[in-house]
Order: sequence, then C-alpha cells, then structure tokens
Amino acid sequence: MKHHLILRVVSKLLIPFLLIFAFYVQMHGDFGPGGGFQAGAIAAAAIVLHALIFGGKATQKAVPPIVVETGVPVGVLIFAGVGVVNLFMGGNFLEYGVLHEGHPVEGQHLGIILVEAGVFITVFCTLLTIFYTFSGRGR
Amino acid sequence: MLEHLPVLIIIVPLIAGALCALARREDVCWWLTFAVTVFCFCSGVILLNLVQDAGTLSYAMGAWAPPIGIEYRVDLLAAYLLILVSVMAGIVHVYGRRTVVAEIDADLRGWYYGMYLLCLCGLMGIVVTGDAFNAFVFMEVSSLSMYVLIALGRDKRALAAAFQYLIMGTIGATMYVIGVGLLYTMTGTLNLVDLGDRLGPVLSAPTTIAGMAFIVVGLSIKLALFPLHLWLPNAYTNAPSAVTAFLAATATKVSIYLLARFLYSVFGFDFAFLATPISEVILIMSIAAMFAGSFIAMFQNNLKRMLAYSSVAQIGYITLGFALASIDGLTGSLVHIFNHGMMKGALFMLVGGIALQVGSVRISDLAGIGRQMPVTMIGFVIAGASMLGVPGTVGFVSKWYLALGAFEHDAWWIVALLVISSLLVLIYMGRVVEVAFFRPRPEGAPTVTDPPVIMQLMTWLLVAGCIYFGINTEFTLGTARDAAQVLIGSAS
Amino acid sequence: MEDAGSLDGIFSVIGHVNHWITIFLIMAGLYIIVARSNMIKKLVGLSIFQTSVYLLYISPGKILEGTAPILSPEWDTYSNPLPHVLILTAIVVGVATLALGLALVVRINEAYGSIEEDEIYKDEQE
Repeated sequence: MKHHLILRVVSKLLIPFLLIFAFYVQMHGDFGPGGGFQAGAIAAAAIVLHALIFGGKATQKAVPPIVVETGVPVGVLIFAGVGVVNLFMGGNFLEYGVLHEGHPVEGQHLGIILVEAGVFITVFCTLLTIFYTFSGRGR
Repeated sequence: MLEHLPVLIIIVPLIAGALCALARREDVCWWLTFAVTVFCFCSGVILLNLVQDAGTLSYAMGAWAPPIGIEYRVDLLAAYLLILVSVMAGIVHVYGRRTVVAEIDADLRGWYYGMYLLCLCGLMGIVVTGDAFNAFVFMEVSSLSMYVLIALGRDKRALAAAFQYLIMGTIGATMYVIGVGLLYTMTGTLNLVDLGDRLGPVLSAPTTIAGMAFIVVGLSIKLALFPLHLWLPNAYTNAPSAVTAFLAATATKVSIYLLARFLYSVFGFDFAFLATPISEVILIMSIAAMFAGSFIAMFQNNLKRMLAYSSVAQIGYITLGFALASIDGLTGSLVHIFNHGMMKGALFMLVGGIALQVGSVRISDLAGIGRQMPVTMIGFVIAGASMLGVPGTVGFVSKWYLALGAFEHDAWWIVALLVISSLLVLIYMGRVVEVAFFRPRPEGAPTVTDPPVIMQLMTWLLVAGCIYFGINTEFTLGTARDAAQVLIGSAS
Repeated sequence: MEDAGSLDGIFSVIGHVNHWITIFLIMAGLYIIVARSNMIKKLVGLSIFQTSVYLLYISPGKILEGTAPILSPEWDTYSNPLPHVLILTAIVVGVATLALGLALVVRINEAYGSIEEDEIYKDEQE
C-alpha cells in the first residue's frame, strides 16, 4: 500500500470526518436515526479503513488490541450498571426516570445517553476485536 | 429487593459473565461462577415460594407498563424451570472443574466460564420473559454461547459440530421470528398474555395459522424433535463433558417450555389442539422420535453418541405428552422435563468421569471397568434403571402419567408403544452394563479408579435425586400438576 | 369508483410486492444453505434468510401518509417505530451469528484444511 498516494491522502482526510460522523450519529440518536450500534459500526469502519490503507501494525499502535479487548465487557457493564443503579435508587430495573430526582424526563435523557455510550463502546470494540483477530491469523 | 428477583436472576449472571471476560483468570472465574449459581438457585427457590403463595409475579422492565412495555412474568411453570436450570448449572459447575482442566486449554478456561454464565443468563431469560421478541433475544444469547461452549471441545470435530448446530439453530430462531412477526402483524402486540387475548377473534386467519406453523417448526428445530434433531448427536458427542451434561439437562427443555407457552397460553388449548392438526403432527413425530432415537442408539459404539440419541427419544416422550392434550398427559410431560434433566445430567456426568479416568468413551474400551470403578458404574446402573422406568425411580413417574394421559383417549396403542420403546432402552443401557461388569478387563489395560471425590459427590447427588424424586414426588409432580392445570385452565 | 373485477386481483398481487420479495429471499436463503456444501456459502445463505425477516417486519410498519416517528407539531400520523427497533435487534443478532460462524470456518479451515462440508464429513464417520 506504500505507493497508493491518493488512497493515503484521501483516507487521512476522511478518517477524522468518519469518526466525527460516528460521534454525531451517537449523540443524535434521541432525535433521528442513530444510536449506539450504528455509531459503533461507523467508528469501527473508520478504523478498519485505516488498517486497510496503513497496515495492521500502524493501526494496532494507534488503537491497541488490549484496550479494545477490555472495552468489550466494559460497555456491557456500563449498560447493566445503569440498570443496577436504578434498582438502588428505588425504581425498577432500567427505569431511568429515577436518575434525576423529581424530573423523570431529565432522568430518562441521562439514562439513555449513558446506556447508548455503553452500547457504542461494546459494538466498536467487538467489531475491532473481530477484525484484529481475523486479520492477524494466517501469518 | 425481593420484588426485583425476576430481573436480578438474569442480570447477575450477565454482569458476572462480563466480569469473567475482564478477569480471565481461571480461579477467579470459577469462584465467581460458583457464587452466581448459588445465588440463582436460591432466587429460584424464593421465586417458587413467592409464586405458590401470591400467584403469578409480573415485573415491568423500566417501569413501562405491559402490554406496551416488556414484562417479566414468573408463574408456576417458569419457577419450576428456573429451579431446574439453576440446579443443573450449579451441580455441573462444581463437578466440572477437573474435566475443564483436562479438556480445555489453559488460556481459554476464563472464557469458558464467561460463556457458561452467559448461557445460564440466556436460558433463564427465555423462561422468565413474558415478551415474544425478548424470548428470541435470550434464545440467541443462550444459543450463541452454546455454540462457543461446544466449539471448545477437545478435537477438531467439535468445530464442525458447532458449525452445524449454528446453521440449524439460527434457521430455527429465524423461523421463530418470522412466526412472531406474522402474529405481530395480526395483533399489534408482542406480550405473550396480550397476544393470547388479542388472537381470539383472528385465530382462523391464514396469517395466524402460518405464524403458528413457523413458530412450531422453529422451536422444533431448537428442541431437536425428530426429524429436526440432526445437530444434537454431533453437538453432544464432541462438546466438553461438563458442557454436554449442562446442555443435555437444560437447553432443549427451555425450548420445550417456550413451545408449551405458545401452544397453551397464546394460541389456546381449543384452537391449537382441537381445530388444527398440530396434535396429530406432534404425535407422529414424537412416536417416530421415540423409536428412531432408541434404534439408532442401539448401534452406537461411542457412549456419548448413544446417550445423545437416547436424548432424542426422551424428547419424543415429552412432546408426546403435549400431543396427548389432557391434564395427565401434560403433567407427564412437565414432570419428565425435570426428571429427564436429572437422569441425563447424571448419565453425562458419569460418562465425563469415565472419559477423565479411562481416556476414551468407546464402549469397546470399557470392558471390565465395573469392578475397578464401582461407584461410577453402579450410578450408571441406577440412572439406566430410571431411564427404563423401573418403579421407585423418576422415570416410572413420568411414564405412568404419560400412560394415564394416553388412557384418557383410549389410545391403547400409545401405551403399547411406550412399553416397547422402554424395552429398547433396556437393550442399549444393558449393553453398556454387560460390557462393564461381565467382561474381563483386557490384558495390559491400565487400572482405572473412580474419579475424584468431588465429581462423584455431585454425580451421586443427581443419581440419588433420581431415586428420591421417584419416591417423594411432592415437589416435581405436585408442581407439574398445578402448572398443567394453570396452562390448560387459563387457555380454555 | 368503478373498478373492473380483474384489476382488483392484479392490484392485490402487485400491492404485496414486499411479501413476494420476502418469500423469495426465504426460499433463496434456505436453498443455498441446503444445496451448497461450501461453508462460507452456507453462511451467505443464512444471511439472506435473516434479511428476509427484516423486510417482513418493516413492511407492515409503514403507515400510509405517516411520517418518520419523530414527534413534531405539524404531523399527526406517524409510522410505527416498534418494528424498526425490533429489526435493529435482529440485525445485531445476525451480525453476531455471522461473526461466530466465520470464526468457526477459519478454525475449521486450519484444522481440516478444507471448508467443503463433504470433505469434512468424510473423515467424520467413526
């Protein structure tokens, strides 16, 4: 891939925009199509593009496999943790309304943001782990 | 906290599974799994007591009221199955430590316990949930972790077996989803209780009948009803011993529970059994399962494969009870769910001990081990007698009630078939006993001893259960009978 | 409105084009799974089969003259958002199943040297 100048320059320009778009889709899930899974897939696609153009080793220096493998259960724990916190604050499981005293709508807003963040982390890390594992084999 | 138990029983294994994926050290994961299975068993017992006192428990996820919100519904049948799944998970877990060390590579053992917990979470989720699509999600959670657990087996055939199970299991789950989608198109709701109410006026529409057909076929693939059982022998034979014991006792039973839930509570007894030919179809397939399973088992040389085909036959008994469409028949099915879980769990745990000590599960290699491993082989004899249906063991109780259910329809031929298939069980179980006890150990074969004490203890808990629950049937039979009355009564 | 009886029949067939495509995808997916022995082709067939489910759920969800299900004061008819949520879940399950299946195929290839089911099951008979 060393001699594909156009590919390298264009992807260097595009990857930051892909990541920003993923972040936009993540935050925009309340008001339009979006949310954790879609944003995680877009962000993972951006990193996979980086790996395809610049080689697996450069990508693994930028996004280390250890971080990615730890991220998979961390997102699940964030999601389940929000639910358990709701239990302790007196509501049912995943009843976000109790997160903010007296304002159920604010509580639900906060709950959804946290939960979608957990989903984003898990989906992003899972897709990247799958990519790293598949591309690392057969060497 | 008590009112949150229906959710805690699912979330605690899920969080523990994620923690195992983080920790990945074998002893940490083992103790975490042990604590979780103890918690789940205690929760199951508490839930059963709560349901027996107060009636069906209903828990609204996120405090969104059903039928719009997802509801977790624990009634008598669900609590009964929760206890079965958590008891088997705990016993197999304590039993399995030595076999896991022997059969799975060191760096994969932490993942094994993580997947075990996720499978437990998924299986219990199917039982507890009251929403049709949520049942699909948990079904896939448990199935995907089962594919991974099976693929951790010792030799390369485990990978091919896991792949075959993946293809067939996903076809089954997708057919279930198609069926639920057709029902959703007709009624606009996914809550199982609400589906039952709203389906009343539209029961004979072609869409509803198509939905029922898809759901029955999809779940039949999952519960390995003949002729959709092709994944089961390979999966049970090639999986690690502890995984086989756990799966044989729980995986198909939970799908049977879901089928019963749909046939009795959603579609209703009158429609499902009297207006459509479902009961004839299931009857024919059950009888075919009983005979085909036992016949093929007689010709197997691999002990685990023989027991896997025997499982296919026993699942035929359970669905036979459904097809008999009466209180006694349904009671026989529900009590056989528990009894078969115990018997097959015990048998596969005994086989795991044999595999650990002898190093092989081919029947021809087991000549004469009866004298050298007496505890194991006597347990095999008792569990085999229970499968046969000897009075005083659990197998007799379930066959008695199935026969009673057949008598209610004056179907003498079904009773005759039950007796004949039990004789087939005698043939293949008896063959193993004969090889183990009545043949001399070949010259030069190494001396084998009984497996470690903790494994024997856990195995004999189940073997003793086979006899105890055959004599004191108050828990299993009483709960099954009450659950059968609720199921048939609620729907009509 | 005066409608010739035969046109009614044609419209009722063409109007359900979504369901015809669903059925075609179900049959195509199942045929590929059964008829092809290459494991990756089986997984492709499985994906096609799962895709048909998405179409089956979303087609009834669209309400005629309904807009996207985002609350707004100018609209009073919205398409049903629930099927979309269900399909998101089903897509995620499909992705996970596909990833697991492909990982198994990679391992099978390393263990057996082939991904044709006939060749793998030839050595299986014991």
